[in-house]
Amino acid sequence: MVKISPRPFDPWAEAREYQHAAAQMTGKFGATNLFVGTMRDFNEGDDVVGMTLEYYPGMTERALENIVREAGERWPIIDALVVHRVGDIRPGEPIVLVAVWTSHRGDAFDAARHIMEALKSRAPFWKKEWLKAKGERWVARNTDGYLKSE
Amino acid sequence: MSIKVRYFASLKERIGRAEEDAAIAEPVTAKALWRQCVPELPPPEQILVAINLEYADWDSLVRDGDEVAFFPPVTGG
Repeated sequence: MVKISPRPFDPWAEAREYQHAAAQMTGKFGATNLFVGTMRDFNEGDDVVGMTLEYYPGMTERALENIVREAGERWPIIDALVVHRVGDIRPGEPIVLVAVWTSHRGDAFDAARHIMEALKSRAPFWKKEWLKAKGERWVARNTDGYLKSE
Repeated sequence: MSIKVRYFASLKERIGRAEEDAAIAEPVTAKALWRQCVPELPPPEQILVAINLEYADWDSLVRDGDEVAFFPPVTGG
C-alpha cells in the first residue's frame, strides 16, 4: 500500500497497524524490514529549520505504486507499505516509511533498499529547505544512497 | 485541441505559474509544447517531462486532452 501524508505520522504505529490489519500475512512472513527517513536539521553545511515537500498528486502515488510492484516482481514480497510525508516538515519529523514483509531476511533488506533508492530517483517529490541564515533554497539533487558519510 | 500543462517546484517559481491550458491544432512533441508555452526559455536540459502521469521523452507526442507536466529532478524521500 502507498500513502501520502500531509500531516506528521508515526511510522512505527503505521507499520504495526498495517501488519495487524493484514491478517492474511500471519504466520507467512519471517522478516520485516522497516526504513524510516527523518528530517535533519543540517544539510550541505547549513542549519535547516524546516522544509516544504512538494509532490504531484496522482503521479506521485502512481510512481510509488509502480516501484512497489516492480520490487514485487524481483523479490518474493508478501506485502509492502510506503508512507511519504508532504507539505511543511520540521527537523525530527519522519519523511518516509518503507516497510517490507517477506519470508526470508535477505529479500526484505534488498527489496526495501531497492524501493527506497527507486523512490529517491523516480518519485516526484521536491524539497525546499528553510535555512536558518540564508532564506529558502530548492534542493537541486539527491545524495547517492550508497555514498558513505565522511 | 486542449492540453493541460503543469509546472512544479523551482520551475514553477522560475516561470511564474503552476498550470495553464494550451491550444494545439494537431499532436505535437513535448518539446514543441514547451516552446509554445514557455517561449522565453529554451527547454532546460535537466527538466523532466510527464504525460498523463507517466515519465515521457521530450520527443513524445502530446494529444488532445493530455495532461503534460514539466518539472526539475526529484529530490524527495
